[in-house]
Amino acid sequence: MSVERIRTAVGHIVLMFGVLVSLFPFYWMVVMASNTTPDIFSYPPKLLIGSHLFENMGKVLDNIDFFGSMLLTLIASLGVTVLVLFFDSLAAFAFAKYEFPGRNVLFGVLLATFMIPAQLSLVPQFVTLAEFGWIGSLKALIIPGAANAFGIFWMRQYAKGAIPDELISAAKVDGAGFFRQYLTVGLPVLRPGLAFLGIFTFINVWNDYLWPLIVMTDPNRLTLQVALDQLNGIYGTDYSMVMAGALMSVIPLIGVFLIGARSFIADLAAGAMKF
Amino acid sequence: MAVTSKTAPAAVSRPSTTAEKPPNKYKQAFPQYAAVSPFFILFAIFGAFPVLFSIWISFHSWDGIGQMKWVGLEQYHYLLSDATFWKTIGNTLLIWVLSTVPMLLLALVIANALHNATRLRTFYRIAYFIPNVTSVVAITLVFGSIFSNNFGLLNAFLRSIGVGEVQWLTSPWGIKIAIATIVTWRWVGYNAIIYLAGLQAISADVYEAAKVDGASPRQTFWRITVPMMRPVILFTAVTSTIGGLQIFTESRVLFGDTSSIGGPGDAGLTIVSYLYQSAFIKNQFGYGAAVGWALFVLIVLFSIINWRLIGGNDDERLTRRAARRVERRIAAQNAKREAADVR
Repeated sequence: MSVERIRTAVGHIVLMFGVLVSLFPFYWMVVMASNTTPDIFSYPPKLLIGSHLFENMGKVLDNIDFFGSMLLTLIASLGVTVLVLFFDSLAAFAFAKYEFPGRNVLFGVLLATFMIPAQLSLVPQFVTLAEFGWIGSLKALIIPGAANAFGIFWMRQYAKGAIPDELISAAKVDGAGFFRQYLTVGLPVLRPGLAFLGIFTFINVWNDYLWPLIVMTDPNRLTLQVALDQLNGIYGTDYSMVMAGALMSVIPLIGVFLIGARSFIADLAAGAMKF
Repeated sequence: MAVTSKTAPAAVSRPSTTAEKPPNKYKQAFPQYAAVSPFFILFAIFGAFPVLFSIWISFHSWDGIGQMKWVGLEQYHYLLSDATFWKTIGNTLLIWVLSTVPMLLLALVIANALHNATRLRTFYRIAYFIPNVTSVVAITLVFGSIFSNNFGLLNAFLRSIGVGEVQWLTSPWGIKIAIATIVTWRWVGYNAIIYLAGLQAISADVYEAAKVDGASPRQTFWRITVPMMRPVILFTAVTSTIGGLQIFTESRVLFGDTSSIGGPGDAGLTIVSYLYQSAFIKNQFGYGAAVGWALFVLIVLFSIINWRLIGGNDDERLTRRAARRVERRIAAQNAKREAADVR
């Protein structure tokens, strides 16, 4: 018994140490954002939270259009998320619950697209969007990502188990067409799955860096990540201000994550097990 | 599954007695085709076409604006003799090894501890997962300051315990270790959560049986846990290989305010950084496209290697071979017996 107890205690010590390592950079971000730059550069360095947080945040707002960038990022993230949820769940519903000629071939093609790294088509995608005249506009951030293979694959796995065939048959007897069946039978049952895919998509778009770096060429219309990088590029010597910007960019996202964290993590792990 | 064969519209348009002309099954499935079409249309425009187009671009010399000039395989010829390109492959692979190996080992340790812990489970999971949802740009800025040569926390610590300072962000190894640390920090928790799901999927009966047979904890780990975790380990290995070969943001942000995007001596220049630099800074679109194809070949190559190393095919192949051998022996015996009967 006591051996068990020691083992449990050791396990918790290991885990707690890991938690400290995991969370320390956030603490350090706050420390740097709340002290002045000379304080950070002093030796020994300040290790405690200071009192200059709002002053530093104010400097961020003076130097870049922080809220403009945040709004742009928010619109792009929400736009992609809404479209992905609709298109992916609709396709997943059809793939999971209906027989139609060529279904397996189409699904196979969809899975094959996983193999293509996004960077392979970076150059031609840019050229294509330039041809469309979309460079610098929100369309470039939203439309190409409006439906994705991962989401369809994941939602299909979910729909297969979650939607009973009897419900669909019953809806058919009532004279409901395919789209109506999707709305009345599919969507309500898929809601927990949509919550996961929604958070996952939102976080990915919000954090994306390479794509917006390339397509958002107007310096007055940058996403948060690119704006933050630029803040560092121009005012890199003002550490405390850059850190205040980093902190401000991270907080909303962690908020979104914490809302659904528990089931989000469980769903993600379950999804990985299905591959 | 059989629900689709009797969809409503067909039944309405013609009475069920007229069986002379079967309804067109493609026409009948129109709603389903419409439902799956958005992905395929978007993929055709923003996925398939660009991939084909990138082959075309890579056969040209092009600055993105002016006339495209056909150069055949010259970009690829140049690629193979380009020392910087080979350097980026070396950099990427080193960073990948420096991050993936500790990352997956630590994830296994954490998953094991999480599996045994009965309290604080939700807290641990969330705490370990938060790094993964945090923006790479913001966190790279934080790590950049921790690793800073002159004012960084890490060097301050090393100085205080009497160890000399390390030029983290200017020496070739320091740069790679710094980037690998950021990658590891972001992905350990993610992989641990996936390993944990794998551990929980192993039924307790198997362990019980091993205990009854008197297996030591080490034997149990290597003979039961690891083999049964194979698919999960393969998943994490493949995803971290694909992710590792595409590292870009960390090195780009770390050296954002320096003139070279790969840091001093290009020691942090990755394959994707090089692609970005070629196409979007130097406006060599043809060369950038060729680098993209090299990246694709590398990803396919390493995915196959992962598959071969970790994939479960060996066991199956052995079992199949053994089964065939038994079949052959039985067949031989039968043949002998038949021959004897004839006599």
